[in-house]
Amino acid sequence: MTDGSPGMHALDAVDRAIIRATQNGLPLTVEPYATLAEQLQLPLEEVMTRLQGMQDSGAIRRIAAVPQHYALGIRANGMSVWDVDDAMVDALGEQVGALPFVSHSYRRPRHPPQWPYNLFAMVHGRDRRQVEAKVAEIARLLGSACRGHDILYSSRLLKKTGLRLSG
Amino acid sequence: MDAIDRALINRLQDGIAVTRRPFRAVAAELGISEQQVVDRLQALVDSGLLSRFGPLYNAERLGGAVTLAAIAVPEDRYEDVAELVNAYPEVAHNYAREHPLNMWFVVSTERPDRLQQVLEDIRHRSGLEVYDMPRQREYYIGLRFEL
Repeated sequence: MTDGSPGMHALDAVDRAIIRATQNGLPLTVEPYATLAEQLQLPLEEVMTRLQGMQDSGAIRRIAAVPQHYALGIRANGMSVWDVDDAMVDALGEQVGALPFVSHSYRRPRHPPQWPYNLFAMVHGRDRRQVEAKVAEIARLLGSACRGHDILYSSRLLKKTGLRLSG
Repeated sequence: MDAIDRALINRLQDGIAVTRRPFRAVAAELGISEQQVVDRLQALVDSGLLSRFGPLYNAERLGGAVTLAAIAVPEDRYEDVAELVNAYPEVAHNYAREHPLNMWFVVSTERPDRLQQVLEDIRHRSGLEVYDMPRQREYYIGLRFEL
C-alpha cells in the first residue's frame, strides 16, 4: 500500500449518507447492515453493495473493532522515529512495518535541523520497558542504515474522534 | 472482561464481512449466540474498552487529505494551544508527547485545499511553527493488539 497512488473513490449522496451514519460505529445488532438500511430508508442490497464497493476501493480499510488500547492496559505508546538513509528507507520500512508489534509505519518528510527523522513506527506495550525492548529490535534490523533515533511517548490524549464528514 | 471478550477483540480487529449476518462465524467459533456477540460488543464500547466498532474510513481515498502535524508549545501556553487546536473539527487526534515537539495531531479534511488552510490558521493564531509531516509512504497498517 503506497500513498503515491490514491485511487480515489468518487462519493455520491448515498455513500455520504452511509459514511455519516457509520463513522462513529455500526449499529450493534445481529444484522447490522439491515438495521443501517432501515435507519437510512434504503434497500439492504444497496447498503451492502455500497459498503463492499468502498471496501474494494480502499475507502474503507476494514469493518472492525477499534480497541482503546490505553483502557486495555496497553499503557505505553511509543512513537519511534528514525533517521534512515533515503536510498534504503523504503526497503527497510517494509521490514519494520511487518514486525508484529508495529501498528503503523510511515515515511514522512524531515524538517532539519529540528526534525531529522524520516521513518515512523508506532510501538505499543504494557510499559516502557516492553516498548524499549521492541525498539532495540528495530534498531538491530536497521543497522548502519540508521543515523539516529528517538522514542516519543504520549503523555496525554488531548483529543480523539473518528473521521468527521460534514454536510 | 473475560476470555470470550478478549477473543472477540482479538478476532474482530481483523474485520467482519459485508454479509447479512456477519457475526455468525465468530459466534460459532466462540460457542455463543450472535445476539451475545453483539451484546458483548456493545458492553465493550459502553465501557470504553473499544472506542468503536464499525468501518475504518481512509480519508485520502474518499478524496480528502490527511497529515500529521507537530508543534513545540511553550509549557505555560500548553492548555491554551491545545484548546485552540482541538477546536478545529478537522483535528481528529491530538497527543501530548515527551519531546521538544510536544503536541502531535492529525488533521483530516474533506477538501484537500482546506488542509493547508487549517495549518496556516493554527500557525497564525498560535504564533508557533506547525511542522507538516504528511505520509509519503505507508509500509503497513496493522493496528492489531493481541490481548
